[in-house]
Amino acid sequence: MTNPAASRNQMPESDKPSLRRWLLTDTPASRRQARLASLYQGWLTLKSNKLTMIGFGILVTLVLVAILAPWLAPHDPFAQDLGNRLKPLWTDGFLLGTDSLGRDILSRLIYGSRITLYIVILVALIAPVVGLFVGTVAGYVGGWADMILMRITDIFLAFPRLVLALAFVAALGAGIENAVLAIALTAWPPYARIARAETLTIRQSDYIHAVKLQGAGALRIITRHIWPLCISSLIVRVTLDMAGIILAAAGLGFLGLGAQPPSPEWGAMISEGRKFILDHWWIATMPGLAIFTVSLAFNLLGDGLRDVLDPKDSGE
Amino acid sequence: MSGIVIKDLDVWFGSGRDRVDAVRSASFEVAQGDSFGLVGESGSGKSTILRALTGLAPDWRGKMQAGGELLGKSRTRSFYKSVQMVFQDPYASLHPRHSVDQVLSETLGLHGFSGIDKRIVNLLDDVGLGSSFRFRYPHQLSGGQRQRVAIARALAPEPQTLLLDEPTSALDVSVQAEILNLLTDLRAARNLTYLMVSHDLAVVGHMCERIAVMRNGEIVEIMSVGDMRAMQPVHEYTKQLLESSRGYVRAELSA
Repeated sequence: MTNPAASRNQMPESDKPSLRRWLLTDTPASRRQARLASLYQGWLTLKSNKLTMIGFGILVTLVLVAILAPWLAPHDPFAQDLGNRLKPLWTDGFLLGTDSLGRDILSRLIYGSRITLYIVILVALIAPVVGLFVGTVAGYVGGWADMILMRITDIFLAFPRLVLALAFVAALGAGIENAVLAIALTAWPPYARIARAETLTIRQSDYIHAVKLQGAGALRIITRHIWPLCISSLIVRVTLDMAGIILAAAGLGFLGLGAQPPSPEWGAMISEGRKFILDHWWIATMPGLAIFTVSLAFNLLGDGLRDVLDPKDSGE
Repeated sequence: MSGIVIKDLDVWFGSGRDRVDAVRSASFEVAQGDSFGLVGESGSGKSTILRALTGLAPDWRGKMQAGGELLGKSRTRSFYKSVQMVFQDPYASLHPRHSVDQVLSETLGLHGFSGIDKRIVNLLDDVGLGSSFRFRYPHQLSGGQRQRVAIARALAPEPQTLLLDEPTSALDVSVQAEILNLLTDLRAARNLTYLMVSHDLAVVGHMCERIAVMRNGEIVEIMSVGDMRAMQPVHEYTKQLLESSRGYVRAELSA
């Protein structure tokens, strides 16, 4: 696998080919090189998948847009101009038209990307970590701990996600932070299930027995030996779930329980546009397209990451 | 003395109606520095004895002594320092995400050694892998190289006793010979005690001085390898086993 890549870079004219060869070597000489080499191999696999790179590109663009929002947005996303309300697409100065209060839709979409990223990152930081912890402990310790943790998981799984999130938000109060918390609290059970299933197969394997024979304790085995193997499938699952998380956040926004007006959250924008959807379709459609694009991008990236990270396939 | 003593050992899995008696009243002794083989067909309980010794099979009764201590329900760290095991399948016994360096340095760290860098290089030399293999991951190694890493891991705590669970059965024939020779050399160099499980009589004959033949969880016969080579078994089952190990024998023509 590495040979054709190495021979393609036979000309030693610049630094780049030798760096490449250094990364693709079969005999790494230091810990750092070994780690960088395996990262680089993963990147090459990821790069060879066109659809994944499209998804990756969209997400990089999303991050850049969110960071550069003040410079990219042509208008203030909150500035109302009732004289220019409900302008159609391609109007002068309002590329994607304006909404019912005369606010520029493009600017609101650009600022809304910040909220979307905020939701995605927070949920991705909370839900899989909780799920990983609960699942691996339940799977490895077994017995009563397994019973109790998994019944709690089952209770959370038994509720439809949006209904449970609604209940949380209703209890905690409407707002973007509470929406994130509610989504995270309803998103962790599937991760716990996956992590537990993986743990059950891993704990019976010889390499876990082998490290037990070195006198390693449960904490070390779970954190050093089981987590690294569970994390890859969780990352894949998280990227595939991102679409659902964005939609859930948009759903809460749409129902008026997530981001509150005038915040330019995409779901809330669709909700506002709903009243005019028959005569002024673009007001609801543009944020809908944004949600669709980002969700699709996460799905494409998740598919590619599965090819790279799944330890069962990376053996070759 | 720190050989292995096993007396009236019963090992079982499950309980109630699901209970399976894997080993029944097994007894044998291995003196320090000796090499002892357990042979028998699949499911005869030979690997289970190793698992009971290392604490991986928790339900047992009887007396086991190894690494200089009488064994109870749990194993101490000093036990793991003196008794180590090499697993059957080198493709399953190495963590797929840990490099050789990580495997060995974790093992050495757990046993509280210092000067880990130098020890890793020495261990890799001892098992016939150069230090160029140090930072490779298991998927960059062949089956024989993986088994050498597993042997290096077992040798890392400088044990007196190695439990070998069919260490070559997952390997090519040519690689099998290399690994067996390596194990023989290591035993001579470090004065190790071997307890080896195998279903291959040729392997056991090459490696061991005495063997125990197992069937359905019981030891039916303990004999020296000399007797085995001379085809002088006492028990009927051993006779069958030895016959079958000769492979195809032309039937005498009945006139």
